[in-house]
Amino acid sequence: MINTTTKKHLISKTLDEFFLSVNNAFRFVIQYFKQVLIPPFHFSEIINQCFEIGLRALPLITLTGFIVGVVFTKQSRPPLEDFGATSWLPSLIGIAVVKAMGPLVTALICAGKVGSGIGAELGSMKVTEQIDAMEVSAINPFKYLVVTRVTAAIITIPILSFYCIVVGLIGSFINIHAEEATSFIAFYKNAFSTLNFLDLFTSVIKSVVFGFTIGIVGTYKGFNASQGTRGVGKAANEAVVMAMFLIFMEEMLIVQVSNWMRSM
Amino acid sequence: MENQDIPPKIDSTVPVIDIRDLYKSFDDLEVLKGVDLTVYKGENVVVLGRSGSGKSVLIKILVGLLKPDKGDVRVLGQKVDMLEEKELNALRLRIGFSFQSSALYDSMNIRQNLEFPLKMNRKNISRKEINRAVEEVLNAVGLEDKVDQMPAELSGGQRKRIGIARTLILKPEIMLYDEPTAGLDPITSFEINNLINQMQLKYNTSSIIITHDLTCAKETGDRVGMFVEGKFTKVGKFEDVFDTNDEHVKGFYNYNFIQ
Repeated sequence: MINTTTKKHLISKTLDEFFLSVNNAFRFVIQYFKQVLIPPFHFSEIINQCFEIGLRALPLITLTGFIVGVVFTKQSRPPLEDFGATSWLPSLIGIAVVKAMGPLVTALICAGKVGSGIGAELGSMKVTEQIDAMEVSAINPFKYLVVTRVTAAIITIPILSFYCIVVGLIGSFINIHAEEATSFIAFYKNAFSTLNFLDLFTSVIKSVVFGFTIGIVGTYKGFNASQGTRGVGKAANEAVVMAMFLIFMEEMLIVQVSNWMRSM
Repeated sequence: MENQDIPPKIDSTVPVIDIRDLYKSFDDLEVLKGVDLTVYKGENVVVLGRSGSGKSVLIKILVGLLKPDKGDVRVLGQKVDMLEEKELNALRLRIGFSFQSSALYDSMNIRQNLEFPLKMNRKNISRKEINRAVEEVLNAVGLEDKVDQMPAELSGGQRKRIGIARTLILKPEIMLYDEPTAGLDPITSFEINNLINQMQLKYNTSSIIITHDLTCAKETGDRVGMFVEGKFTKVGKFEDVFDTNDEHVKGFYNYNFIQ
């Protein structure tokens, strides 16, 4: 039986740890914004990381984007047929894929594939003293490992989102074309007819924010890993869970803000 | 307590590391409890002690990886904990740190591991100079044929050697070895001990060698410091340190394999 004093002690300890970790995470983010503006910029390492992230996620994004396009089209068709509105299908798919599915699906896949990879890689470097080795060689490990990876994620994930949107629309077009022999030009015009600049801009901003989130959470968890190989697994796992949670929160917030801007 | 019985080959007028009354704790655990130590130019000082006694903490403070709670730590005349980041990095370039785990970068091959500190710290260095430096340090550790291998393909002893080579490429004035022979067979340990002595002679480095291996201490140390419960019980020649009735020191000696 845990007595009241022990319970209070546990609660206060948990709260202390929570606020301490929030404070550490906040300082980590601030440090990124400080260091990203100061040379050296390690451009070659950023490009290298862009390829790493892109190549890691590309096959899965191709497959998932295509399936999302096909499945969403198949599922949306029957209700639209009930209202005799199948001609709206490309527009509906355009809105769904460009505004929501493309950036969100890409971000979730990258959180799983890229975020966990970054968390595990940096976690392993931390527990095997490779990060300390950089520091004692007068190399700034935050700049070389964190800034390059987060910047690469910010650059790459919007590109992957765009790619996912294109693949999703191709999947949708193939499905519609099989049913109704619609031309690609007609499909394309319809898909983008209801989208405006704000929709496209919001989609890009979302991808940038998601990229930053995946990069910063992965590097933060990896950089602060401890307890040997167990800590590496924990860092990778927490990087995925935390990034996914934050992505959903950000999605909700950005949609709210864009709706508010639309109504202005 | 420090015995100033410095071997004649060492220049005892030039201290490169000077530690006075050093304290360090982690939460409630007091690790260093008033450490005093001076290392002179060209001297190898061995810090002997049990695992978990705070030996590694001591050398991590010397390179600024950890901050002391109290005390005066001077390396090459500079007070380490008072340095700005730029000054600290400039000092770090003059110190080589060989990690217990070797800490080779897994994602890079041996050449890239060795080139990395050079490329990052000497912006205008030419490819020719880099190749020459890599060749020289690999030659010094006797592993010229491993240049294109990955760290995972090397044995424990080879990894240690490459770790030492990586620190030597920046031509440090001070070498800090953290458990250089831990986990190695006696023959490989013997080779590493020889390598440490060769580095001292060839590059005229001053070194602190952290170990619990008495053979390593005897073969590499000009002086030996016995580290017990967060401070030195005695610093001096190997034979003098163990000529004592202190039960911790005698116990450490008796449990080791050379008696």
